[in-house]
Amino acid sequence: MSWFQKLLPPKIKRRELGDEGKKNVPEGLWHKCPSCQTVLYHSDLEKNLSVCPKCNHHHRITARTRLDWLLDGEGRFEIGAEVQPLDTLKFKDSRKYGERLTAAQTDTGESDALVVMQGSVHTIPLVVAVFEFNFMGGSMGSVVGERFVRGVQLATEQKIPFVCFAASGGARMQEGLLSLMQMAKTCAALTQLSAERLPFISVLTDPTMGGVSASFAFMGDVVIAEPGALIGFAGARVIQQTVRETLPEGFQRAEFLLEHGALDMIVDRREMRKQLATLITLLTKQAAVAEIEAA
Amino acid sequence: MKTTFLDFEQPVAELENKIEQLRFVQDGSALDISEEISQLQKKSQSLTKDIYAKLTPWQISQVSRHPQRPYTLDYILSLFTDFEELHGDRAYADDAAIVGGLARFNGQSVMVIGQQKGRDTRERQYRNFGMPRPEGYRKAMRLMRLAEKFGIPILTFIDTPGAYPGVGAEERGQSEAIGKNLYVMAELRVPIVCTVIGEGGSGGALAIAVGDVLLMLQYATYSVISPEGCASILWKSASKAADAAETLGITANRLKTLGLIDKIIAEPPGGAHRDYQAMMQNLKKAMQDALKQVQSQPLDQLLQARFNRLMGYGKFKETEL
Repeated sequence: MSWFQKLLPPKIKRRELGDEGKKNVPEGLWHKCPSCQTVLYHSDLEKNLSVCPKCNHHHRITARTRLDWLLDGEGRFEIGAEVQPLDTLKFKDSRKYGERLTAAQTDTGESDALVVMQGSVHTIPLVVAVFEFNFMGGSMGSVVGERFVRGVQLATEQKIPFVCFAASGGARMQEGLLSLMQMAKTCAALTQLSAERLPFISVLTDPTMGGVSASFAFMGDVVIAEPGALIGFAGARVIQQTVRETLPEGFQRAEFLLEHGALDMIVDRREMRKQLATLITLLTKQAAVAEIEAA
Repeated sequence: MKTTFLDFEQPVAELENKIEQLRFVQDGSALDISEEISQLQKKSQSLTKDIYAKLTPWQISQVSRHPQRPYTLDYILSLFTDFEELHGDRAYADDAAIVGGLARFNGQSVMVIGQQKGRDTRERQYRNFGMPRPEGYRKAMRLMRLAEKFGIPILTFIDTPGAYPGVGAEERGQSEAIGKNLYVMAELRVPIVCTVIGEGGSGGALAIAVGDVLLMLQYATYSVISPEGCASILWKSASKAADAAETLGITANRLKTLGLIDKIIAEPPGGAHRDYQAMMQNLKKAMQDALKQVQSQPLDQLLQARFNRLMGYGKFKETEL
């Protein structure tokens, strides 16, 4: 602190601090939509499944929040939680992989970046896998691959559909080639589900990139995206460095992919339960959702 | 062809220069210095062996990208007969970064597919530096389906920095094209033998590398991300590429220890580019053995083994909850 600042009365000092001053507002009460800048009540936003009521921006949500909103209240159980990460390569960059894992576990309360559950949607039984983007960018390593496969295997055995909500930056570098192989592993598992004529519905949420995008994500019998989700193989920065031109408007957004024929549909999060249930009943030649629920 | 020497080969380069000069002197003089020349040659060879005996992963990565390294078409034209190149994905274009076609290997019909890099500036551009676009992967898929229809085994050669990161590639579904190949190769009803001959660059490499046997040349690399890419993300500096190469575990030796590849194919001293003939012979032998092994199994058994192997990828622990 300079001699001048020491002389200033405390009130002026606080004003000088600028950024830090903002943090004094109680956290969690208000939320500013990053898309339209509208200030929203946090509880209002949550009631709206974290979709901005003004501009429809779909905020990123945690895996468990999504499962909670998606699945019926009864009869849920988790699959593959016993599968836990290992630092096989003893990987170390500026930080050790082991330390990154521990930090991510503390931050998110999850043991790795995928949560898989069996449950039902509008009483229709299914297995749902959801990526936790806050866990090391939802990156896919050995645990994510194995949990995904166990989910697919259970769906295959139980003869129920499999649904995956992707949110990932891609393969997990800290597991080297082991993580690349998860791309092949997850795809291979889906061939078994397919052989039993069971639906795989792939939902791409913000963001779905790299090794996750380029493996099972587009292998869905139906491929859905949430509005505005960033979806692609290579990151915008890498592409810009390669082609040295400005990227087109809306590049790699869900709407752009739909226009280019990469997706079946874009579904609003608030309609997701109904849409999934309807698609599954149609694919598996079951009665309409309303009739099933009435029965 | 004059050998291009890499940074860490400079002592060899100097020796070779000296030998060259002596040869020049020899040509114009009555004095016999052939004895001296041959001694220097021996020294150069043993020096090369010494250097190559302790290459770091980063140095190996440079050898795997050596501009004189044999590429897919070099192997195809040398190890196969009746090569009939087949073009195009039947939907959009023919991608020159992936070549493929029917051929004979020891007289037997096979389908060969591989990424292809270019030798000079023009060809490099034409081959897009061996970086395939979606149509390349879709061409590969079309050829694999064709092979399946006629019960012809597939041999693939992997050598790419990665799938092309471009606007058009994204628009035409790079992700879907790669994912589809992984999916289909898992259940394709013909034997598949894959060989990493140079750079195994991430998903763009894997998209033609799912099969029954995975071979890898001694100084080839196979990685989830390039050492430079990894360094710039995790260290925020591409200059840490050597550290990234070390920790990523990209070399044949390391991957063999991890159980991710089946066999390492020895390269001649100083790398494949120093002796094409020797390299061809080593690879031919390895592919012959691999093909014999996969073809001796009943198809259903082979597919089950392929599936089990894919399911076995990954290292994790299981805890009681």
